[in-house]
Amino acid sequence: MQTDDKLIIGGHEFHSRFILGSGKYSLNLIEAAVKDAGAEIITLAVRRANTKEHENILDYIPEGVTLLPNTSGARTAEEAVRIARLARELGCGNFVKVEIMRDSKYLLPDNAETIKATEILANEGFVVMPYMYPDLNVARDLVNAGAATIMPLASPIGSNKGLATREFIQILIDEIDLPIIVDAGIGRPSQACEAMEMGAAAIMANTALATAGDLPMMASAFRQAIEAGRKAYLAGLGRVLVRGAAASDPLTGFLRD
Amino acid sequence: MVKINGLFVDVAGKTLAEYLETTTYHPQRIAVERNGEIVPKAQYSNTILQDNDVIEVVSFVGGG
Repeated sequence: MQTDDKLIIGGHEFHSRFILGSGKYSLNLIEAAVKDAGAEIITLAVRRANTKEHENILDYIPEGVTLLPNTSGARTAEEAVRIARLARELGCGNFVKVEIMRDSKYLLPDNAETIKATEILANEGFVVMPYMYPDLNVARDLVNAGAATIMPLASPIGSNKGLATREFIQILIDEIDLPIIVDAGIGRPSQACEAMEMGAAAIMANTALATAGDLPMMASAFRQAIEAGRKAYLAGLGRVLVRGAAASDPLTGFLRD
Repeated sequence: MVKINGLFVDVAGKTLAEYLETTTYHPQRIAVERNGEIVPKAQYSNTILQDNDVIEVVSFVGGG
């Protein structure tokens, strides 16, 4: 891999293109997951503090990893802004993944509220990474609102169904001049690899790991798939024939005639 | 009464810092919101809780 191939988000440089979620698995696995994923960014949620819980997730995250709090639980832009401000007050930087859902069955992001929250938070100095339903017009509005990246969903969150929105993510990659980070629904390393081959800047995954048989091993598999996909994208994929065939062997020098 | 994380608590008149000392919250791992506004850590000791205040005490948890 080229060592100068960096992912730049809000002026910060990263070499890893795998953003790791920390939900739905034991705190004891976080360190191994981060290490085996090679992750430099990990997502967190903000919730009411539990006085009975003496273990805090921050004690389990290795030094130097950038924290990316999300605004999960927010149903409106206003709630997302409140959660983001609380997250920043927790004192771990100014990154925020804006995530606004008012539909509890499919958990689809509310794009209109997401644009509003992105604008408010970007104006307050946050590095805003909005999670969105892949729509080019919305992505352009998010760029204008000050987003640092765009995070389109691949399929319903937690579904492990892969790149159901493939064509629309490709449009964002082709048209939007910000890192496109595929978030939600990626279930297998092959799907992560495919998104990276398409030109995605990074992959965010949580459930794919949390529901795997061996979490750190799956983190390692995703890391390799993401690196392979990135390398293939940089190399430039070979062309696809519309029909027919093309020999790879020389067409002269046969042992006859 | 003061509503703290959804529960009514009889702490009106105390400062936020005094209330937090009676709990097991880790002071470096929480953020506090009072009536929708962030209370900076430096102001915990001069923030006097009042009847009908709504306080949220939050921390980070695992999430995607």
